[in-house]
Amino acid sequence: MSVLVYIENWDGKLKKVSFELASYASKLASEMKTSVAALSLGAVEESELVKLSAYGISTLLVNKDERFNNLDNQAIAKAVARAAEKTNASVVVLAHNNLGKAVSPRLAVKLKAGMVSAVHGLPLSIDPFVVTKMMFTGKAFGHVAIQSEKKVITLSSNSFGMIENQVTAAIEDFDPGVSETDFITKVEQTNKITGKVLLNDADIVVSGGRGMKAAENWAPIEELASLLGAGTACSRPVSDEGWRPHSEHVGQTGKIVAPNLYFAFGISGAIQHLGGVSSSKVIVAVNKDPDAPIFEAADYGIVGDVFKVLPQFIEAVKEIKS
Amino acid sequence: MKILILIGNVPDTTTKVRFNADKTAFDPTGIQWIINPWDELALTRAMDLKETTGGVVSEIVVANVGRQETEGTLRKALAIGADKAIRIDADAKDAFYVASQLAQVAKGYDLIFAGIEASDYNGSAVGGMLAEMLEINSVSAVSGIQIENGNVKINREIDGGSQTIALPLPLLAIVQKGIAKEPRIPAMRGIMMARTKPLEVVQPIAVEPKTNITVFTLPAPKAACKKIAEDQAKDLIYLLRDEAKVL
Amino acid sequence: MNFTFTEEQLMIQQAARDYAQRELIKDVIERDHKAEYPTRHVKALAELGFLGMLVSPEYDGGGMDTVSYVLAMEELSKVDASVSVIISVNNSLVCYGIEKYGTEDQKQKYLRVLARGEKIGAFLLSEPEAGSDATSQKTTAEDMGDYYLVNGTKNWITNAHSGSIYLVIAQTHPEKKHRGINALIVDKNTPGISLGPHEDKMGMRSSDTHSVMFTDVKVPKENRIGEDGFGFKFAMSTLEAGRIGIASQALGLASGAMERSIAYTKERKAFGKFLFEHQSVAFKLAEMAVKVENARNLCLKAAWLKDQGLPYGFASAMAKQYAADIAMEVTTEAVQIHGGYGYVKEYHVERLMREAKLTQIYEGTSEIQKIVISRELLK
Repeated sequence: MSVLVYIENWDGKLKKVSFELASYASKLASEMKTSVAALSLGAVEESELVKLSAYGISTLLVNKDERFNNLDNQAIAKAVARAAEKTNASVVVLAHNNLGKAVSPRLAVKLKAGMVSAVHGLPLSIDPFVVTKMMFTGKAFGHVAIQSEKKVITLSSNSFGMIENQVTAAIEDFDPGVSETDFITKVEQTNKITGKVLLNDADIVVSGGRGMKAAENWAPIEELASLLGAGTACSRPVSDEGWRPHSEHVGQTGKIVAPNLYFAFGISGAIQHLGGVSSSKVIVAVNKDPDAPIFEAADYGIVGDVFKVLPQFIEAVKEIKS
Repeated sequence: MKILILIGNVPDTTTKVRFNADKTAFDPTGIQWIINPWDELALTRAMDLKETTGGVVSEIVVANVGRQETEGTLRKALAIGADKAIRIDADAKDAFYVASQLAQVAKGYDLIFAGIEASDYNGSAVGGMLAEMLEINSVSAVSGIQIENGNVKINREIDGGSQTIALPLPLLAIVQKGIAKEPRIPAMRGIMMARTKPLEVVQPIAVEPKTNITVFTLPAPKAACKKIAEDQAKDLIYLLRDEAKVL
Repeated sequence: MNFTFTEEQLMIQQAARDYAQRELIKDVIERDHKAEYPTRHVKALAELGFLGMLVSPEYDGGGMDTVSYVLAMEELSKVDASVSVIISVNNSLVCYGIEKYGTEDQKQKYLRVLARGEKIGAFLLSEPEAGSDATSQKTTAEDMGDYYLVNGTKNWITNAHSGSIYLVIAQTHPEKKHRGINALIVDKNTPGISLGPHEDKMGMRSSDTHSVMFTDVKVPKENRIGEDGFGFKFAMSTLEAGRIGIASQALGLASGAMERSIAYTKERKAFGKFLFEHQSVAFKLAEMAVKVENARNLCLKAAWLKDQGLPYGFASAMAKQYAADIAMEVTTEAVQIHGGYGYVKEYHVERLMREAKLTQIYEGTSEIQKIVISRELLK
């Protein structure tokens, strides 16, 4: 019995979410009175992998086959399943992000495991194994019991946090047991988002709505985001109008985010939007309409003109940073 | 080429979520049921492919797991343009159960579309599970798909950007926003034709779900919003640092 | 008695709602402001089948029942009555008239293109000196042997510019009074037809209204609908059907204004309470709801009677008079509930109020409806 966590990397580095996953898995293992192992697939720098030991990972299975970097669902699922068997894992933890969502259901079928996605925090109980899961796009939660012996869960980002716990890590070469025929995805082109914080990784998200009036008005939002090291996002009408890319749309039919701090500029706060951001720890709303529903969800608010408030925010952040 | 689309029957996305007294079940009173938004986009894209590839797509079938009251959703899919619907007559108990049921009817298709998640239980699991059960390839977070000479070219979102990839068929594509601009509105002609299109009802196979929901909870109500004057906006940033401690 | 809608009726309602809430809403304020014809929407709605939804599939229509039509008209009118009047005139006046009374040749030639929405129809009855009085037509259709020679002026014609197939009511035998009237299908491109200027209306500004002048316009005999002298009966019968369309439009204006008012009172506060928590406001909403429900039931009853093949003229007059009058009341109250916001265009309700006024006037004023209703009572 053990806990296995699948650690993701991108561009040779571990993803930020990997450290939260590592923290979570090691804490879960200690609650289950068992050991934890992490699995890393694909080309990633050695100096990155050792960072995991600061988050309680003592056993690290590594295979640096570059073909894994093509993010082939079936190949990765096969390798993770093999690692789960090798470590006799009873719980496998993955990120609730694009890759985690793609791999986990295939993995669950391979392991004959029950699966719960978008888990928030540690299980409520280990036996029976009951976790809290986001539902109705953040409008509700459910306690879900997994009956099967093996379990696969994906963890909502920022629902647990990072907990440092320095241990000594042993790195083991791992034979993933995959063959050439398992790699069928041919990547023709990759557009990397560079120089920006990824929305799913962001601790702070700066978001704009219809109140921003036009695509060309986004400069102050981008400036504030860059000063704060934040990701940028938008509401649905904004992406529908083509002012911002669909990948920035947060809400019911877009992305669900749960940063520590969410700024909503000129977003009225339709129920579909609130669902996608309601798990944020602190919400700041700026809107000219004092009765906009966003203020019901916000912790701090300014009733006013976004174009008057944004420059003041930028100035204050500069003061704090200096 | 035959395309299958997995259809979920979900409460309208503007629904205010309520549960029964002991919080063990969703309260469906007064709920308007709709096609899961991503499934509807998938159907729209499938229709576009059928209409623009000159006979390459021969048939579009939709399938769901649900009781008779979910047939309205399937008939809407037929009205939008699907050629045939299949309903597996069972309650959707969990993702594994649903995928196991769908696996009975999902064989023999070149392309299967599933939505990235259902807007009610946000499971994100049925599509991937079904692909594994059928032993076919899957690709997730698909935001665009083209058919070229029997192969598919896909745009997918990855954590850190987007990719264009090529994959052989058969394939299960788990689609998200961007796959089609807006869902199609059924035309009168389609609504009329839906009357005579086949809607097959299939009995479920015996399989046990692996998970169950024990209780639902609602998020704790928020404390009142602290308002700051427009010309004092800078103070808010300081509050975020000193009071909320998030900066 | 059965008050449940069929799955199909609900699907049509939803389709209309989706189109209205997704597409019409985008530019309705701008089109109203510029008095711009909704070309793109008419094309899209034609493709969806709304322009000929009541016509039998045999003639390329949607083959839907009148109950579905009421539901669709209500949804479209909640957002945009200019678009819904175009649909109403095409469906329930022009297509209905040709389908019910036209010859097979007329149906093949005119009904198909109208049902597909490729061409739009207009109904030419009103005249400068006789708004609603169909019995005294000054426009003449002189019998010239193998054709009619049409002279005269028609007023307040919806779709006069955008439409290309006219149904013209004109006098052939003045001595026979209303029994001398004929209804003719006239191609707008026929020489001798000219249009007056675009009417700068108070509401429904996105639909085009003109007067139409006829100067020695030759109309082939085969374009006459029915026997010689059938025109008055034709006009009355067609208007009976048309009233269901306009009644449903008025219903939509009222229910649209009510929905906006409900939403507004849930998001806006006054004196520390949400507006709906003030009983004076809550009672207004309650009164609106009763009126809207009454209007809806009258519309549906008339539609149901028509679908059953039963006489529905009495019911459609009641629906039209009541729905139009309460549309005016409800939209006016909606503006009141919205206060200052109600008086500016961004909040829509002022436009709904301007549009509601027209429903009391056209296709038979509320007073005309009362004449129809009271005559029926005193029979």
